[in-house]
Amino acid sequence: MNPDRTFPSPDALRRLPFGPLDLAVFAVILIGLLLLLEVGRGATVSFAPTQVTTISTDPANLPYYAARSLLRMFVALGFSVLFTLGYGYLAARSRRAEKILVPALDILQSVPVLGFLSVTVTAFIALFPGSLLGLECASIFAIFTAQAWNMTFSFYHSVRALPRELDEVSRSLRLTRWQRFWKIEVPNSMVGLVWNGMMSFGGGWFFLAASEAISVLNRHYALPGIGSYVATAVDHGEMGKVGLGIATMVVMILAVNVFFWRPLTAWAERFKLEESAAAEQQGSLVLNLLRRTSWPRLLGAARRPVTERVGRLMRVLGRDGTAPLSVPARQTRRGDLIFGVLVGVPLAYGLYRLIAYVGADGYGVLPEAFGLGAITFGRVCVLLVIGTVIWVPVGVWIGLNPRVARLAQPIVQVLASFPANFLFPFATLAFIKTGLSLNVGGILLMSLGAQWYILFNTIAGAMAIPTDLREAADVAGLHGWNRWRRLIIPGIFPAYVTGGITASGGAWNASIVAEVVTYGGTTLTASGLGAFIAGAAEDGDFHKILAGVMVMSIYVVGLNRLFWRRLYGLAETRYSL
Amino acid sequence: MTPETKTPTHGAQGMRLIEVRDLQKTFDTRDGELSVLEGIDLTVRESEIVALLGKSGSGKSTLLRCIAGLIPPSEGLVLYREQPFVGTNPGVGMVFQSFALLPWLTVQQNVELGLEAQGIEPEPRARRAVAAIDTIGLDGFESAYPKELSGGMRQRVGFARALVMEPDVLLMDEPFSALDVLTSENLRTELLELWADGEFPTEAMLMVTHNIEEAVQFADRIVVLGTNPGRVRAEVAVDLDRPRDRRAPGFEALLDRIYAIMTGREAREPGSPTVAAPTTAAGSESRPAMLPHASVDGFSGLLEILRDAGGDTDLADLADDISLDVDDLLPLVDACLMLGFATTSEGRLRITEQGRGFADADIQESKQLFAGVAMERVPFMRTVRQSLDHADDGALKVGFFLDILRRSFSGEEAQAQLEVAIDWGRYGELYEYDSQTEELTRNLEERPG
Repeated sequence: MNPDRTFPSPDALRRLPFGPLDLAVFAVILIGLLLLLEVGRGATVSFAPTQVTTISTDPANLPYYAARSLLRMFVALGFSVLFTLGYGYLAARSRRAEKILVPALDILQSVPVLGFLSVTVTAFIALFPGSLLGLECASIFAIFTAQAWNMTFSFYHSVRALPRELDEVSRSLRLTRWQRFWKIEVPNSMVGLVWNGMMSFGGGWFFLAASEAISVLNRHYALPGIGSYVATAVDHGEMGKVGLGIATMVVMILAVNVFFWRPLTAWAERFKLEESAAAEQQGSLVLNLLRRTSWPRLLGAARRPVTERVGRLMRVLGRDGTAPLSVPARQTRRGDLIFGVLVGVPLAYGLYRLIAYVGADGYGVLPEAFGLGAITFGRVCVLLVIGTVIWVPVGVWIGLNPRVARLAQPIVQVLASFPANFLFPFATLAFIKTGLSLNVGGILLMSLGAQWYILFNTIAGAMAIPTDLREAADVAGLHGWNRWRRLIIPGIFPAYVTGGITASGGAWNASIVAEVVTYGGTTLTASGLGAFIAGAAEDGDFHKILAGVMVMSIYVVGLNRLFWRRLYGLAETRYSL
Repeated sequence: MTPETKTPTHGAQGMRLIEVRDLQKTFDTRDGELSVLEGIDLTVRESEIVALLGKSGSGKSTLLRCIAGLIPPSEGLVLYREQPFVGTNPGVGMVFQSFALLPWLTVQQNVELGLEAQGIEPEPRARRAVAAIDTIGLDGFESAYPKELSGGMRQRVGFARALVMEPDVLLMDEPFSALDVLTSENLRTELLELWADGEFPTEAMLMVTHNIEEAVQFADRIVVLGTNPGRVRAEVAVDLDRPRDRRAPGFEALLDRIYAIMTGREAREPGSPTVAAPTTAAGSESRPAMLPHASVDGFSGLLEILRDAGGDTDLADLADDISLDVDDLLPLVDACLMLGFATTSEGRLRITEQGRGFADADIQESKQLFAGVAMERVPFMRTVRQSLDHADDGALKVGFFLDILRRSFSGEEAQAQLEVAIDWGRYGELYEYDSQTEELTRNLEERPG
């Protein structure tokens, strides 16, 4: 896979400055969640589980469970792609929609969705009473939230950054809108879309593991799947079976990479815009094998009449280059005004309801959440510092040795994909044995998933340092600290910042499952915002959940805006190669 | 159409396919509007090839895009067959400098795009595409991907894609400038042969170029655009017989005449050398002198070549000798003119006493000489230095100077102007630029720390 790419792709981090509009959008999202809450609460009254699923820890069930989990992942991926194309296209092509959709996406990325799992579960159960479909949907929704945002950003930016000539070709030939979308805009975005899809899919495993087995209102729900298998094994204290589950997970991640993502990335090579053939082509054995069969030709032949007919039908969407080039200013202003009122009025009302809802049990919950947030914030900081001190030198060493890098990069990618929550029971067991407080141990748990992004991106950054710069540094006799200061740190800086943002976001999300852990009958709890939200979810205290998630979002967004974005701006202006 | 109709007409015969009337194009900048094109009148008639010739920044591509209906003019009209149109111009096809092919589609799929958009059935669509591909000399490459083709072949696909639509007018935006010399020569000749044989499915061609020779070889009429803002500076009819021999005396004379026009001294009174700063002759008097995009190394190199050539040379020959594009050469010439190191007349470049002194001097002397001349003749550099002299600590943020420049130039051009001014100022040791603090400082030695 593209060894010197960072995740998320740079365009996911380049955003509009934070303004009042962003705050408004933030409110809209919270209002949306509030609506979801209302639905969910109504459901809890009438909900009576007609089916109680029991998860068997018999290893013979593992293949079936793994298949169910895999299906969930791919269904979520399908929805993510649909969402990406629709939302990203709208944001990129409509000036008014962009003003709302882009900041909304930015905030959505920072909302710790795990905190809302209990809410979404109850809401979805209400939608499909008396069947497991509700649980299934809630799990898929959780995975979707891990996949969709980065993909959408990637697509949005590709459409916005369409090379001027391609736009002009489309308009001067008056292509149909449908043609423009499928023949120009989507192919032009394909490379970024596949890369972000692959990495986001990896992030989705964590949410899969966290969402298959969940307790709401002291009632336990489980879906057949690999995540619930491991969770059940942990409950029973069967460590061997936890190990089996982990092994199955690793096999699954590897198989998906070999049979799905690798061929896809190799296939996406043809969508690169560079005019000349690249020096290092991405290869995939599986893709080469497929290409040698006659399936691609047969499929192509079968597809052509269909696409032809669909293309003809979609002519009703209109053609490019037929609209007047300039619209009178007065007309634009009137449209803006109507749009503003349509968006503003519901927003104001929703904001009022939101404040009223959070404060229903008194606003004292907010300072408490902020205080606990500071503790979790401390953990995130310690994690980032330690992760940096350990993994940056390792990453640089790997990245500067091409042979090692070629081996290590896919491994690190799998490590980053591996759902860290599968390892929690081992760590928990160790904490119980050694008596280590979860207040300290929680940092370790949070870092199990988050740290890999630092390593992964550092490797990518180090690999991207041009050879001639390294040789120039050799010639100039730069050694030791001077070499780091003059060459390496500036070289890896942008990639490191990308990794840092992702790791920090991941750590906040992980705190919700890492600050309360259970093994066998023993439950360890750390004090922090994650534990606060997890506790509220367990009790079904929706006021507290909303308050907790809101505060955590504020922490994440604030940290991004005040710290990471500034570093990123610095990285882009000063240290870009 | 018969071959006879393709003979140059440049008269008032022939249907007016495209008309541009009093076109203005302005872009918004922070301090108001900036004019790129002003008072453009242009007509393209049936059976003629018109070349739009201008330096970079003359707005020639902008004008082409206004004609194509890709960007709206700020004032004025573009008519197709004497009618205004909505959206893109329905009677034109476009060929791009960068080819603008879709790399994920085969040659044939690229060519078929526009036909498909018109709702033409797959079968006639393929037939017409293959016919266009054959005409342009690409038979056998139908199922190849653009990445597998050479630059010249790719541009042929670009032509086929435009021609298959059978537009009345083919618009070309520097179609040969991304190709090497031999390839572009070859493609140009073939196109002209097709045109002469009447096999071309279009009624007229309009080509944007910065290559004077190309324009003389290709066009029946050359429209020369001036810079900042772009105005039609001259229209030159090309009466030479086709195919044109570039060694013919008529060809060279025309080349020289256009060089003279392009370097700002349209020979109103033949024989009188002009010494005025080039930019005041170049158009608007209300603008401060625009710094040519030339590095100190570039124009001092040119001066040395000029000195070694005896101090007096033909510009067209010089361009040929050192194989520089007009786009690259003219800024250097402009820099020499601005600094008073050289003069031009009738397409010849002459070194001045000062220029000779600069070329002969050793590095320290030339720096001093340059600093003196720059303070005298380059108003913006004088402004910078004087502002720094008045600043308390001899340092000012770069944004201050950018704001000044933005009153006269677009954001991008203001940045380019500042970069030239910094390059020149550094060479003359008039001031220094610190990229860390983004400050201009009077001089490093004069500041403690």
